Amino acid sequence: MAKIHGAVVVNTDRCKGCNLCVVACPSHVLDLQKKEVNDRGYHFAYMSNPEACIGCQSCAWVCPDACIEVYRVVEK
Amino acid sequence: MELNEIIRPENRVYKKPELLNDTHMHYCPGCSHGVVHKLVAQVIEEMGMQEKAIGVSPVGCAVFAYNYIDVDWLQAAHGRAPAMATAAKRLMPDKLVFTYQGDGDLAAIGTAETIHACNRAENITIIFINNAIYGMTGGQMAPTTLLGQKTATCPYGRRVDLNGYPLAIAPLLAQLDGTCYVTRQSVHTVANVRKTKAAIRKAFENSMKGLGTSVVEVVSTCNTGWKLIPEKANEWMVENMFAKYPLGDLKNKEE
Ligand SMILES: Cc1ncc(C[n+]2csc(CCOP(=O)(O)OP(=O)(O)O)c2C)c(N)n1
Ligand code: SF4
Ligand code: SF4
Repeated sequence: MAKIHGAVVVNTDRCKGCNLCVVACPSHVLDLQKKEVNDRGYHFAYMSNPEACIGCQSCAWVCPDACIEVYRVVEK
Repeated sequence: MELNEIIRPENRVYKKPELLNDTHMHYCPGCSHGVVHKLVAQVIEEMGMQEKAIGVSPVGCAVFAYNYIDVDWLQAAHGRAPAMATAAKRLMPDKLVFTYQGDGDLAAIGTAETIHACNRAENITIIFINNAIYGMTGGQMAPTTLLGQKTATCPYGRRVDLNGYPLAIAPLLAQLDGTCYVTRQSVHTVANVRKTKAAIRKAFENSMKGLGTSVVEVVSTCNTGWKLIPEKANEWMVENMFAKYPLGDLKNKEE
């Protein structure tokens, strides 16, 4: 069976920590940084559970600041 | 599979549209305006209209739209965007002309311009962000504010006897002979974001085909004005806004 591997890259400078990507992800891949902040003071998003990402792009579609790039590989 | 094997240019399936430039948008975290800006940039890019698009930005939170989407823009006085778009489109019929307006801009001070542009069948698109509040000025009551909704100027909730009824303007515009497409969408889930993108595309294509005025209302959140965190604002919108402002096409003349 084909296995799908996904990954996201968050533009941490642009991220405003709104949490909408975290809520939108069906695989619970993302979280907001608990302590770290960007230079605007926002707790930016990151992959806390990268293995679970299926590259579905849900997070990227809902992100109001277009911070998320999505990568996807289908392993045959 | 290692992350560095996945994160390679050939595997990229989603990226920021190039027309959305690198300037930080001033919108509050989680604001619907950002999502709709992204969609406008994507659609213009996919249509190959970057050299032909002219937006008209409003007075309201979206006043700086011209700083974010890298096409030509005009900046209108409060509520007058459809009048300026009329002029631009009539002078340059080969351009893709659209307005981008909030509910205070479109349905309060600019009601006359909105109705008359639609009634004249101007070949423009009106993108209408309805967050039921005056966002930019600090969350005052708008004509679209729901009954019972608390705002800075109706702190105990909007009352019929004092403030009248909320105004659903899309059905009024759909009645006019000059509109070809009036639709109401939202951007709180992936499916809805995709539908809104398709609606913007259709509206832009209508305007280039000369079918008349297209109106894309996006029922939106203003989480700061509503005093809710972004995900709760989305929930509040679903629970409260959709009853008064139900989603779907109100008019689609081609059909
Ligand atoms: C002629 C004029 N009257 C009033 C104002 C003050 N004003 C600025 S923005 C605004 C309302 C904006 O609300 P809306 O159109 O709903 O957009 P939002 O900020 O919610 O996106 C008002 C009344 C103004 N700038 N110009
Ligand atoms: S949706 Fe975008 S801005 Fe919001 S937390 Fe996620 S990456 Fe950051
Ligand atoms: S691409 Fe899909 S699975 Fe991966 S983080 Fe985004 S929402 Fe989650």
